[in-house]
Amino acid sequence: MIQLPCPWCGPRNVTEFSHEGEPATRPDPGTATPEQWRGYLYFRRNARGWTEETWYHSAGCRRFFRLRRDTVSNTALPAGERAEGSA
Amino acid sequence: MTQQPTRTTTRTEGRFRLPVQQGEVLDRGRQFEFFWNGSTVAAYRGDTIISALAAAGERIFSRSYKYHRPRGLLTASAHDPGCMVQVGDEPNVRGAHRLVTEGMRVSAQNAWPSLRFDIKAANGLAGRFLPPGFYYKTFIKPERLWPAYEKVLQRFVHAGEVFPDTPHDYYDKRYAHPDVLIAGGGPAGMTAALAAARAGARVMLVEEEHQLGGHLRWADPPAARQLSAEVTAQDGIEVLTDSVVLGRYDQNWIAVVQRGHPGVAERLIKARARAFVVAAGLLERPYVFAGNDVPGVMLSTAVRRLINLHAVRPGQRAVVLTANDEGDAAIDDLRGAGVEIAHIADARNGGDILRAHGRKDLRAVELPGGRKIEADLLVTATGWTAPTALLNMAGDVPTYSPTAARFLPGGTTDDNVFATGGIAGDGTLDELCTHADAVGRAAARAGLRANRAARAGLPTLAAEPPAPAEDEQVAIPELGVAAHPALFRGATHGMVDYSEDVSSKDIHLAVREGYDSAELAKRYTTATMGPLQGKLETINAIAMVAEATGRGIAETGTTTWRPMYTPVTLGALAGRNFEPVRYSPMQPWHTANAARPLVAGQWIRPDDYGDPAAEVRAVREAVGIIDVTPIGKLDLRGPDIPKLLNLLYVNKWSKLGIGKVRYGVMCAEDGVVFDDGVTGRLGENHYLMSTTSSGAAAVWKWVESWLQTEHPEWQVHVTPVTTGYASINVAGPKSRELVDRLTEGVDLSAEAFGYMQVRTGTIAGVPDCVLWRIGFTGELSYELHVPASYGLHVWEALVQHGADLGVRPFGVEAQRILRLEKGHFIVGQDTDGLTKAYSAALDWAVKLDKDDFVGKPELAWQSESTTGSKLVGLQPVDGAVVPAEASQIITSTGKIGGRITSSRFSPTLGRAICLGQLDASLATPGTEVAVQLPDGQRTTARVTEHLAHVDPEGKRQEITDPAPQPRSGEPGLARSAVTPVGDTGTHAGWLVSTKHSTAALRLSDRGPLTKISVRAAPDGQLANELGTRFGRTTRDAHGTLVVGSGPGEWLVLGAPSAHDTLLTDWQRRAEDGDEFASAVDLTHGRALFRLTGPDAPQLLAKVCGIDFADEFTPDGAALRSSVAKLVTDIIRDDVEQTTSYLLHCERSSGQYLFEALLDAGAEFNIELDGYPVATEH
Repeated sequence: MIQLPCPWCGPRNVTEFSHEGEPATRPDPGTATPEQWRGYLYFRRNARGWTEETWYHSAGCRRFFRLRRDTVSNTALPAGERAEGSA
Repeated sequence: MTQQPTRTTTRTEGRFRLPVQQGEVLDRGRQFEFFWNGSTVAAYRGDTIISALAAAGERIFSRSYKYHRPRGLLTASAHDPGCMVQVGDEPNVRGAHRLVTEGMRVSAQNAWPSLRFDIKAANGLAGRFLPPGFYYKTFIKPERLWPAYEKVLQRFVHAGEVFPDTPHDYYDKRYAHPDVLIAGGGPAGMTAALAAARAGARVMLVEEEHQLGGHLRWADPPAARQLSAEVTAQDGIEVLTDSVVLGRYDQNWIAVVQRGHPGVAERLIKARARAFVVAAGLLERPYVFAGNDVPGVMLSTAVRRLINLHAVRPGQRAVVLTANDEGDAAIDDLRGAGVEIAHIADARNGGDILRAHGRKDLRAVELPGGRKIEADLLVTATGWTAPTALLNMAGDVPTYSPTAARFLPGGTTDDNVFATGGIAGDGTLDELCTHADAVGRAAARAGLRANRAARAGLPTLAAEPPAPAEDEQVAIPELGVAAHPALFRGATHGMVDYSEDVSSKDIHLAVREGYDSAELAKRYTTATMGPLQGKLETINAIAMVAEATGRGIAETGTTTWRPMYTPVTLGALAGRNFEPVRYSPMQPWHTANAARPLVAGQWIRPDDYGDPAAEVRAVREAVGIIDVTPIGKLDLRGPDIPKLLNLLYVNKWSKLGIGKVRYGVMCAEDGVVFDDGVTGRLGENHYLMSTTSSGAAAVWKWVESWLQTEHPEWQVHVTPVTTGYASINVAGPKSRELVDRLTEGVDLSAEAFGYMQVRTGTIAGVPDCVLWRIGFTGELSYELHVPASYGLHVWEALVQHGADLGVRPFGVEAQRILRLEKGHFIVGQDTDGLTKAYSAALDWAVKLDKDDFVGKPELAWQSESTTGSKLVGLQPVDGAVVPAEASQIITSTGKIGGRITSSRFSPTLGRAICLGQLDASLATPGTEVAVQLPDGQRTTARVTEHLAHVDPEGKRQEITDPAPQPRSGEPGLARSAVTPVGDTGTHAGWLVSTKHSTAALRLSDRGPLTKISVRAAPDGQLANELGTRFGRTTRDAHGTLVVGSGPGEWLVLGAPSAHDTLLTDWQRRAEDGDEFASAVDLTHGRALFRLTGPDAPQLLAKVCGIDFADEFTPDGAALRSSVAKLVTDIIRDDVEQTTSYLLHCERSSGQYLFEALLDAGAEFNIELDGYPVATEH
């Protein structure tokens, strides 16, 4: 089981968190086309390698926060911090 | 289980028992007897089952898997494939590892009619009919015979017997956070442990066998004893023997099974090791030749164990095949034990053996050239296997060394994983210990660095941990590799996998059939897939594939080692099972009144009280009360609440007046109905939102996600108060009269308190109750939200004061019928994960003229569509037929046109009524549709005009009978979340336990303490007044404890008697300041316990994954985590220098948490302590 660095609580087991996925920008609901809106609903990069994602610390501080995670090695860093060799 | 001794042939000393040996682990002063297949056998304390049997002259301990060949000793360790036995009701016991105890009932497994005459051994004669892939080839077609095949195959499976009436053992689990965890307690593991502990690391040393020492126990017993004594004397090393590391997962998450802990069968340790050292040593590899599984053929380490540890002479006359020092040492040991050495074949000089003769016993050994030597013992010492499994789980790919004729660790990229000892290379004992010492220091350095990194920025610490001292990189010396002859198979074919009965011939055949890679041949032949998981067999199997394909071993490569390293019981994996359950404050009444429990998620609710139809009639004709505590309730404070409600609900919220309630529906961004409920406005900037019972947690998270991620600028504070209130719906034509009898300060008349309105007032003497006039049942009804500690009191008052009105409690089933009669849909029952708002008959609620709301674009597009499904009311034409829920609607062309979503017999109408999702083309009122019933029959149902089957006009709740004069009531006693045990008393209006305990470890219910949640900016004026920050606590001069419970969140804990003062004070401070702040009373919504005693951290380590060492959670630390799978606040608040914690969770799970803590504390003799009336904390 991996640990995630909660920006508030420090490192905790991943079972304390829920994964909220990669952040997506909400289109203007007044002008969005179905394609744009459904891109926002369903389409994500799902990258192999470094990705940015939102997590919710449901069994801890109950804050939503951003994280950078390497989906290959599961190395997780606070958002904004770049690992060596990351894109 | 039923075996009895058939004869009593007590032998005081086994025929093969040697005099006292220097390294023996026997207690010669403690001799006793146990049972082997019904006969008594003598043993010493310290004997394994097999060593005692071997001392008594037994040679056969099991029959093999496929051919039922007799099997004896091979390794004399936990990994001995022939030594699995049944002990009492426990199957598959490793007999060469398990210590024998007095009276133990041991029997051979799966041998019928007896071990020496196994009838199924005929399979061996027919061996050519059971080639690899036999099952695949034979038992495939026809498929209809699979059940018959299963019966045949089951007879071949070897395993012990499982008894259904076996009592449940208590399995345990705990968390651990060692700086360094070492797998293997041989000389290298012990040396590394000492070095790491001396460098300041917390060390856990795990050894599979019963003693530390590894091979030194037979090679150099005094050295083993001395190292072992040093380890025992060293502070900071936790030694676990008879324990094994099962697996290594990401970031050194390590599973250890600990045996022999008092009071538990087995205990699973989940360790987060900051550094991990694998010192697993080497396993001796068997040699492949004809007859290599005949009883009497053993490995050199097996005879050394038998002679030196257990004082057993392994035979009378031996042939030895040796290729290394261990084999030579075995010859010395055998001579010392009085075994005649008939022949030595030295493989280093070209010596070899051809085959072993004998069936139940070794009779002779045939040498190349045909010479036969009579012997009852054949010892082989032909090489080693490095058990690299744990390293492989850390990403290590082993590489083959032709020089050493074994695989070596290839190295891992993880800086916190190390290998030392025999697994890493060869050397003298001194060289290995020098290496292990360096590895121990390096692991301590890595572990302590990780420890400091984990503490950096930790909010529970009063100050930042000191900057790390500049430490030197530890140079780890290289270990050499000694040359060893490459010995895998002799000139004949023999057994490769003893557990699975796979021979080298089978592997050659598999390769010829095209399964020519190690991974394919493994799966096809099942070699390495038995209980030993390849520890003895993998390398030989690879060598056979290499031999058959003509490729080299290095090129063939190894198969993947996966967790578990060794077989583990399901009990150990299951451990103590944590399943939080939730109860309402009225549960004692429900239990006492024969409520049939319904498990609804974590909640236990009354399904009915015996007669749901009568309960329905009571509500329609008089008055009923239902416990609806699980309904989600969110307290909302702040000026931007209307913006929030307008965003999350599909309908409009801008103009909701104070005292008004509105029904709202939430959809997700895809337009699918997500939750519904009513929200009322209690004050200018104060709302109470209700959600469905099952959606309470999801809605809270949903609200927080929009506030935190999309609109952090909005000023809204959300506090879940679901269990802060006991909720009671009073429904029926006489509900107003009943509620009026108990209510003060609220005019209940129809004119003053209309439908969809909310008031606050006093009920049965309890102030601060919230009354909604709403209804799910269609009757005049009031939903009473009572501070939870008084819930039972108010419920009992309603029952008592409503007796003459015919009041009757009703359960969830009656409520389901009532709401179906009224046509109210249930999210998740009448909708599913694809149902958008217009398909849930919510056209009236969706306001597309709002600028924005969640899901608006999808709903706008849905509103333009004429297809899709619709929620409709349905009535079977034959009212006596109640279609099962989920019955499908079939169109005239035989297609599925919808489904029944809700269906009941209506006691009010005397007929079946339904709701259903129908294709829009079928949804016109009056349409008749065919309903496919589960029994294959069809019935006709008619679409109704309205969703409501009863009172579609809504007249029933417009009752305007004159209200009688209100009465007052006594407030009654407040009750905490935990039912007190033993003597009780009262304190400040609370029912408390008066028990007094002086036990070292005590658990006390502190539920009565005042609990106020304060929200403000993390760094503002109010934060300053509160005097502490997130992660820490402070206590003021009056004894009030302020806890930094979250970022910008505090919990103020005070004496029960100070409740009103504290609440008023903090609400005033929140309102008066310049910043946006709020204070909410959580006294009744939370359970609170105090756990005190030096063993408290050990107890918590059994239920929580947090590191409770002082360096992580010192006095004054506050954090929230999962405790026994329940989100719990943990506050370290020592009392008179004794470690003490306050534990705090939402109220309905309080009884569960209390019992989980008592259960975990049993091994520390925990006692219940009452409420300290004199000193209030």
